[in-house]
Amino acid sequence: MVHGELWTLKELFVYPNEYIYWSIQIVMYPFMTGLVAGAFVLSSLYHVFGIKELKEMARFALVFSFALLFAAPMPIVLHLQHPFRGINVFMTPHFTSAIAAFGIVFFSYGAIVASELWFLYRKHFVEVALPLKEKKDKGLLEWIKFLIFCSLTLGVYDISEESLKKDEKAIKILAAVGIPVACFLHGYAGFIFGSVKANALWMTPLMPVIFIMSAIVSGIALCMLTYIIVMEARKIKVKSQRKPWMMSLEEVKGAEIGVIKITAKYLILFMIFAITLELLDLVFRGYTAVKHWDILRTVIYQKDFANIFLLQYTLGNLVPFILFLIPGLTIRRASIGLALAMMGVFMMRWNVVIGGQAFSLTLSGYMEYIMPLIPHDWETFKEGLGGAVGIFVMPFALFWIIAKIFPVFDSKEKPAGH
Amino acid sequence: MKSHIWRPLYAVIGIVAIILIVRVFIVPESFGVHEKGYMYGWYNKSDENYWKEFKVKYRSSGYCKDCHSDNYSSIMQTPHAIIQCENCHGPAIDHPENPAKLDINRSREQCLRCHSYLPYMQSDRSKIRGIDPDKHNPGIECVNCHNPHKPSLESLK
Amino acid sequence: MITRRDFIKYSLQGIAAIAVPLTAIEIINPSRLFASKDTKKVRWGFLVDTQKCVGCGLCVRACKLENETPYDANVSRTWVERYVLTKDGKVFADSPKAARDGFITDKIELGHGKLEEIKKDDIEKAFFVPKLCNQCENPPCVQVCPVGATYQTDDGVVLVDRKWCIGCGYCIMACPYGVRFFHPAYGTAEKCNFCYHRIKKGMKTACVEACPFGARMIGNINDPADEVGKIIRIERVSVLKDEFGTKPQVYYRGLSKEVR
Repeated sequence: MVHGELWTLKELFVYPNEYIYWSIQIVMYPFMTGLVAGAFVLSSLYHVFGIKELKEMARFALVFSFALLFAAPMPIVLHLQHPFRGINVFMTPHFTSAIAAFGIVFFSYGAIVASELWFLYRKHFVEVALPLKEKKDKGLLEWIKFLIFCSLTLGVYDISEESLKKDEKAIKILAAVGIPVACFLHGYAGFIFGSVKANALWMTPLMPVIFIMSAIVSGIALCMLTYIIVMEARKIKVKSQRKPWMMSLEEVKGAEIGVIKITAKYLILFMIFAITLELLDLVFRGYTAVKHWDILRTVIYQKDFANIFLLQYTLGNLVPFILFLIPGLTIRRASIGLALAMMGVFMMRWNVVIGGQAFSLTLSGYMEYIMPLIPHDWETFKEGLGGAVGIFVMPFALFWIIAKIFPVFDSKEKPAGH
Repeated sequence: MKSHIWRPLYAVIGIVAIILIVRVFIVPESFGVHEKGYMYGWYNKSDENYWKEFKVKYRSSGYCKDCHSDNYSSIMQTPHAIIQCENCHGPAIDHPENPAKLDINRSREQCLRCHSYLPYMQSDRSKIRGIDPDKHNPGIECVNCHNPHKPSLESLK
Repeated sequence: MITRRDFIKYSLQGIAAIAVPLTAIEIINPSRLFASKDTKKVRWGFLVDTQKCVGCGLCVRACKLENETPYDANVSRTWVERYVLTKDGKVFADSPKAARDGFITDKIELGHGKLEEIKKDDIEKAFFVPKLCNQCENPPCVQVCPVGATYQTDDGVVLVDRKWCIGCGYCIMACPYGVRFFHPAYGTAEKCNFCYHRIKKGMKTACVEACPFGARMIGNINDPADEVGKIIRIERVSVLKDEFGTKPQVYYRGLSKEVR
């Protein structure tokens, strides 16, 4: 069977070779890179602009951004017909293609995040590695731990006041450089779509900017949501195992509403930018009404109406907007708003990627994407619900592992003196 | 330069170096910028040979002429002279070695490709003598009555 | 503090470290980055006469067998479209199974398994349009290939490297004509290449050979004596979707505004 035939329903006049070739994984790809970029921008708000209230969130967002970073290219790799040839992008990059630049931008971005993390956690690495180095009879596990942390120090054991000052400066510079790179990383994911002149829905210079704005919205929302869940879970855990000699409940706070309120402000701000640009795009298309507007109109106002206007704009944008603006924000209300905002951004990606293939190049036919829910082979798994959920869960699993090396909430659980 | 600040940069340079060295072993030698420039001509030159050496399967009527000269010359007298032999017998590939015998498409559908009448005036289809397949002896193979090599209606079997 | 001795030492080490990978970088000659515009070269072009096409689909059948496109797969390097315009101004178009079996019924496919029967008296205008890769002068599919697995040869034909293609599908998305698809067996991008193996041997493409009516022609349009080139120069011909700036090299006689 032809790739794409399984989940494509054709209606009216569609070219014989047209199918929905870019399916759920390509929806996940900009969604995941968006989360990376958004999480990084959130962490930079503290490091660069010195927004003190975000200190705790910043550290967390950076580590989470790193975990997301590994998951971000996975959808694209899974979607390739020849995943193992993906390395060719680094071997013979063709820079006139937006995808080729992905290798370079992604790599440099990863390098920046990794370096920033290194400066942030260098002291911790040394503190773990040094006692292990001196310990004589190391067990196997200790040896592994020693080797990991020893190599993580990159051979630098200097943790004097002076060198730590330098670290802070480096972090600030990296965070500042990182913002444009993060925006570039994601803006150009928008460029991948915006530059396809054959596709009437995709081709607009606004696409990269829209992608960046909604990326930041989704990234902030995910960080806040994960922060709330992790903090609340800790609180519950400590409560249940509480022993008299452990820290008091006041010390183990749950998610702080103050942090949430401040972060939510930025969320709202970027959400306004995103919606404004999206509506501008829509109005402009309708007003200029060039050749392809007839088919775009039927797709936007009829075929995809529920996806665009109900799920994306109403549930995904308007409702969270109202939830955050009503005074007296609570953690629970914030959580609902955050989940909806993320859903809204996901639907935006869906409506761009799938919506852009909902009509034929003939401009007189339609294609409908039927997402495979129950996989019956590898292809229907990776290009279906299973693949999408797998990709979404991946960064959380990675975060759990990475957080073992980069302790996110160390300040209160570690003994004094740390 | 001695500051530890540059350590991550060294790590990055190391990784880039590894990629560039791996590249030497993986990328084919003839890969590069060719006649059409970097935008349209960035490719492995030797791949052109893959396509140049692709197997030819349709050999055209000239290939049939010498061995099947009687069939060839007789059909050349008829309106079906414009149809290549291999549209019904074929493709020839390396006939008679491989395949020794060619499949012959005698199906009703093969004839209907042209002779199912369609009233499309802006196409020469409407000028071809045709039938309504639903009414003209449905279910019966055309070759039972008509000889595709002598298609004129006067020579009906 | 860094001493001069250390500085020189580290500088030399650094240069050595960088020099090793530098040898691995492709040395690109800037003058070769841009294509040369030599008009004396071979440039393959194609001419389709829509009046002559009767929609028999023998070209599609020949193409599939010649180029090893799985015969029953619902994709094809070339196809034929049917356009039927009714007196009440409606446009119907279809290409069932890429017209591999021709058009043997007057019922038009509407998708979802529905068929529309149009009565003879309702037809205002009806014709067939064969389609194939336009071998654009500015192929957007080649521009967007991230790895250089699809390319334009010196004589203007766009080919796909089956050993290097990663199967990302970006070229499929970038083609305004919908000629590209994934080969069901190789999993790489696939498209019409003017039967490169045939034209390089001085033969005609399989579809041109198979067409009984001369609706398809191929030639070197830079050759003053070439028939296709001559027709393109002296007659009224048009191309598909020129608004994309792709400079398609498949020319049509008798194209109509309804053709997509």
